[in-house]
Amino acid sequence: MQDFEYVAPRTLDEAVGVLSKHGPAARVLAGGTDLIVQTRENRRDVSVMMDVKHVPETMELRLDAGGLTVGAAVPCARIYGDAEIARRYPALIDSASLIGGIQVQSRASLGGNLCNASPAADSIPTLIALGAVCRIAGPDGRREAPVEEFCTAPGRNQLAPNELLVSLAFPAPPAHAGAAFERFIPRNEMDIAVCNAAASVTLSADGATFVSARVAVGAVAPTPLFIRAAADALAGQPVGAAAIDRAVEAVRAAAQPITDMRGSAAQRRHLAGVLARRVIERAVERARTA
Amino acid sequence: MSGKTHVTTTINGERTEFLCEPRQSLLEVLRDELGLTGTKEGCNNGNCGACNVTLNGALVNSCCVLAVETQDAEVRTVEGVAAGDHLHPLQRSFLENAALQCGICTPGFIVAAKALLEKEPDADEARIRHWLAGNLCRCTGYDKIVRAVLDAAAEMRRAPAGA
Repeated sequence: MQDFEYVAPRTLDEAVGVLSKHGPAARVLAGGTDLIVQTRENRRDVSVMMDVKHVPETMELRLDAGGLTVGAAVPCARIYGDAEIARRYPALIDSASLIGGIQVQSRASLGGNLCNASPAADSIPTLIALGAVCRIAGPDGRREAPVEEFCTAPGRNQLAPNELLVSLAFPAPPAHAGAAFERFIPRNEMDIAVCNAAASVTLSADGATFVSARVAVGAVAPTPLFIRAAADALAGQPVGAAAIDRAVEAVRAAAQPITDMRGSAAQRRHLAGVLARRVIERAVERARTA
Repeated sequence: MSGKTHVTTTINGERTEFLCEPRQSLLEVLRDELGLTGTKEGCNNGNCGACNVTLNGALVNSCCVLAVETQDAEVRTVEGVAAGDHLHPLQRSFLENAALQCGICTPGFIVAAKALLEKEPDADEARIRHWLAGNLCRCTGYDKIVRAVLDAAAEMRRAPAGA
């Protein structure tokens, strides 16, 4: 593997200091399931490997009345191991429990999955559907960004070289809300999505009307897509095939898939619609039984 | 070249010290510096599970852990599975079920299956197959491995460790 220095700061200020000093060749190490492999394969130039797992804010996992905070380096297994989080944010568990195998889930974090910015990342559609906010630290202090604006291109995100993703903040789910994530892969486990999708819906108290929704799909564009038009097709409409059909059409229209070894553009566009329908229907089911 | 770092960790219950470069994986240090060659290198990119160890109780691919990260950690490898000459039920069951051919994947499967059965002694076949999805075997077709784990689980339920 290429040679690098290893540092393990204990505070956010120290971590930002390391990034400011070393620039883009300093890389943030959380679970390492992407970064260590990329470094070994010389797909990243790394002079300093900064392990952030000793910075308390990146390892925070807190559920309270205001919502859920997931530190950027918290491993997936810790998230789905928390029964109350699993109950309140089942879509997050849908994603966290299928990223790699158990060995990967012991280390891989949602923050790392997001920063790695793969178009096919299995947590990002869920983060978008749940309306997560990125909490970012930099030399000028803290800022926040909506997660749907975070990825800018395959493997690229909006962080400046001296900025660090600290945590993801999820709003408390309102009453009569539900969310779900699904992906399509040709195997049963352990594969990169040909397409994936997530939806969250909030229903009226009688469960008959969509009050609001958020829909996102992955692996059909350079970045995971937030499909505003799909949400608009659902909001205010009776829960049923007519509104869901329009949302599915909006998803297919927004997809800009490519053909590669995992699937053709036409298959991906088809899948985006199929998966969007399934996650919307599953989100409705969960909202009604929440 | 970055200098070597001194790391103190616990491996299979024994306090262990080693010197390593930051770029060395836990897998490389186990095999090349500490002589613990039971842990195997398969893909070296986190896909195959042959290098599985537990790190602070969690099952990980040691090829995707930097050795310097294990300061003050608790590492368990396949060498810590048997009690002296007394094989673990999983090891006996793999032998009895002929759950291996070339054997490269076996240490990873044993470590992974042990991590599962310690948490979930009643794991059924579906759960075992799901848990072991991160361990690849190119010889057996998996069936004998799954049967070996099921048999070991049954034996461990009859005679729990320490009972």
